[in-house]
Amino acid sequence: MKLNGQIIALEQEQTLAAFLAAQQYDIRCIAVERNGVIAPKAEYENIWLTDEDSLEIVRFVGGG
Amino acid sequence: MQIEINGKKQIIAGKTAFEARAELGHETDIVILNGFQIDRDCPLAESDTLTIIRKGVMPAQEELESMMMARHTPEVHKKLKQGRVAIAGLGGLGSNIAVMLTRIGVGHLLLVDFDIVEPSNLNRQSYYIRHLGMPKTQALKEQLQEINPFIQIETRTVRVEEHNVTELFSTYDILCEAFDKPDAKAMLVSTGLAKLPEVKIVAASGMAGFASSNLIRTSKPLERLYLCGDLENGAGIGTGLMAPRVQICAGHQANMILRLLIGREDI
Repeated sequence: MKLNGQIIALEQEQTLAAFLAAQQYDIRCIAVERNGVIAPKAEYENIWLTDEDSLEIVRFVGGG
Repeated sequence: MQIEINGKKQIIAGKTAFEARAELGHETDIVILNGFQIDRDCPLAESDTLTIIRKGVMPAQEELESMMMARHTPEVHKKLKQGRVAIAGLGGLGSNIAVMLTRIGVGHLLLVDFDIVEPSNLNRQSYYIRHLGMPKTQALKEQLQEINPFIQIETRTVRVEEHNVTELFSTYDILCEAFDKPDAKAMLVSTGLAKLPEVKIVAASGMAGFASSNLIRTSKPLERLYLCGDLENGAGIGTGLMAPRVQICAGHQANMILRLLIGREDI
């Protein structure tokens, strides 16, 4: 699978929610694009990742 | 020959910029030719834009806008005048971005913030003591109208949430994310990209403290998302937000918005 342009190995079948938790992302503070389409937060539990997927994750830190 | 002088097409006898100045003004007047202030005489060509400004004299209302925009090349000014930009969050980023977009003459601005001006805002945000307690939308609009009365400014004093993103922003070319809280930033960017297919988003992440200015940059992580900041330095306990880096980041966002309005999509 591709994560932010880098190829990474998907260890096992998992949902986007499980993947993000394992990667220690705070899901409240990220925007996730899967195969060019924004993944709505409510769908993270229902999206199963495959080797063909390409994820772009944008993380936001506070301040403005 | 016919050229545009102070916003009006005029026929003049002179063949150079300084001859035109001698015809229409005084020897000490400032002369700006096609966006550049000249101190040596230059020949004029048909369709040139010339601005002649008498120092210390309040110009007539109909000449003021062309004088204010004299430093822009004329095609740039026309594109900016048609631009529609919404700014979500009027803190250190949003208030300063709004001031910059007003100075360059972006024709339509929407200012959105639910909050009022507080003392802790004054270290980096574009407000004054007299604004304390006022809604930020109102305090900012008042300043912008004093800087450039020739643009249209809409305000909405509401909290931006998932359910009102479409209603607030769907008629704008560019949505500027200028919130403080990281979850609000992520919500607006996710919702905006999903629900506003025509809108480009210029967001910010990472500008706290006083780390190097040069770490702050503009990137394009997604197709319609431009992101400005160092991506790392978040505001937190022991890491405050200070005017210089916040304004550097605001400058990145404002310049990316300017580039998009004139049709440059690369960072």
